[in-house]
Amino acid sequence: MKAGFLPKLLLSPSVLLVLACVYGFIAYTVYLSFTASQMLPNYEWVGLTNYKILLGLQNWWISVNNLWIFALLYIVISMGLGLFLAILIDQKIRAESVVRSIFLYPMALSFIVVGTAWKWLFDPGVGFEHVIRQLGFTSFSLRWVTESHLAIYCIVVAAIWQTTGFVMAMFLAGLRGIDAEPVNAARIDGARTWQIYVHVIIPQLAPVFASAFVVLVTMAIKSYDLVVALTSGGPANGSWLPSVFMYQYTFTRSEMGVGSASSVLMLLAVGLFVLPYLLSEVRRVKYG
Amino acid sequence: MADVALPSQGTHVSAGLRVGRVALYAVLGFMALLFLIPLYVMLVNAFKPLSEIETGNLITLPSHWTLQPWLTAWGTAQIGVSAHGLKPYFLNSFLIAIPAVIISTLIGALNGYILTQYKFRGANLVYAALLFAVFIPFQIVLIPMARLLGMMDLSGTIKGLIFVNVVYGIGFVTLFFRNYYAAFPHELVRSARMDGAGFFGVLWRILLPNSAPIIVVTVIWQFTNIWNEFLFGSTFSSYSSSPLTVALNNLVNSSMGVKEYNVYFAAAIIAAVPTLIVYLLSGKYFVRGLMAGSVKG
Repeated sequence: MKAGFLPKLLLSPSVLLVLACVYGFIAYTVYLSFTASQMLPNYEWVGLTNYKILLGLQNWWISVNNLWIFALLYIVISMGLGLFLAILIDQKIRAESVVRSIFLYPMALSFIVVGTAWKWLFDPGVGFEHVIRQLGFTSFSLRWVTESHLAIYCIVVAAIWQTTGFVMAMFLAGLRGIDAEPVNAARIDGARTWQIYVHVIIPQLAPVFASAFVVLVTMAIKSYDLVVALTSGGPANGSWLPSVFMYQYTFTRSEMGVGSASSVLMLLAVGLFVLPYLLSEVRRVKYG
Repeated sequence: MADVALPSQGTHVSAGLRVGRVALYAVLGFMALLFLIPLYVMLVNAFKPLSEIETGNLITLPSHWTLQPWLTAWGTAQIGVSAHGLKPYFLNSFLIAIPAVIISTLIGALNGYILTQYKFRGANLVYAALLFAVFIPFQIVLIPMARLLGMMDLSGTIKGLIFVNVVYGIGFVTLFFRNYYAAFPHELVRSARMDGAGFFGVLWRILLPNSAPIIVVTVIWQFTNIWNEFLFGSTFSSYSSSPLTVALNNLVNSSMGVKEYNVYFAAAIIAAVPTLIVYLLSGKYFVRGLMAGSVKG
């Protein structure tokens, strides 16, 4: 039905709010990134100065390098492990819902809770190291959380633990929606289970891979809470991510211009992956 | 549903397949154990006196069970300037989450209905624009939002946090309801229209009564997201309006002196209980909700 006045009127608050608080705010922050803003917004135009400062800061490059390490390991391992678990669960196992719930429950926890739990598991004084030493392996050492260049791996482990169940659920939904014809045909031809998975089933999961990838990339770039709770960005600033950098420079160090510039780069990184995906999704979904 | 698993059928189950089944359960059991360890560690240590954690180890059960860490975490732990424990922040999180969830669910239903049942130019563009909001890194809106809240006199208030959570939830809720209503039988809506149902008639009498599954999914999803939210909470709240996530982080990360692990573990579980309950009571819908955002089918 053609939309008259009322439907448009009722849709407009949402549209206006999003226009203002998403697109308007993005525009405002982009503008700030070209100004001399420090503790407060200051509308004096300084061109690309903030971006030049940003790209010359060691803290920024530590954050970016950490993001590469974090995103790569986080995405590859949670996708691999998620797919693996989904395939195992898909083998008509007993108590499927119990097993599924066990892998999924970390998803219900906030990153602050997840960070708190893993902070102590990685703490050499009371955590894994302590436990394993008490078992008799007195030279066992696990000191990632105390080493500035290793702390990011603690974040990786905790993030994988939190998200793998979600990726598993996505793949499981994909597996349950697989077209049975080619699977049966392959079976009649005498293919083994793993061959069917590699050649017939996994290729059909391409859309799930794409969805999972986009979700995980954006989660990696947005990640903030987990770092705050697990390492507070430390030791020194060894586990900073761009999200932590932005917060620190904007709200703690009163470098609002540089902080804005960093958030603009974060948005560009997200946009690079999300926009193509979004366009294809919107085109794909039809409605009656 | 694809009949993917091979070994279940057939009359002769070979030894090789049986070994395969055992290995399958062994691997699944081992992985399940790995996933349960952090929760187990938090739980058992929240019942130990601190001395037992310092001298013993995190894996063993308490030799003296005590509720003291829970009582401290809930009622007397020092958080920021006050020693009220988590109690007031627990209430704050509910005061933020409940109105925000109700408002966003209503917005989602309305938007989904309009975007699927009415045609207008640029509908897809509007939808894409709303959806993009789901993915943006929120760092890019923090500064202007802080100023807007200041101008509206909502800085550091529960109302301000409700507003923020509703605004940045619009994308998700619209996505959920739009996909659900897109698959809704069109004939039902058309015949209701022929019977004279207007805009609200169709929504109240036809769509909403048939929306229980998607309403449940949206409520679970929004409640979990808002309850667990930290960035907005830590940026826009004051001492009196902090949500639980912020209080927990303050308790764990800014306390001086002795690290009271048992209290921290109890506090973390207290912060996790509402979403865990929601998840356990409605696991099936939770899974469906998670998937609705990414996989259709």
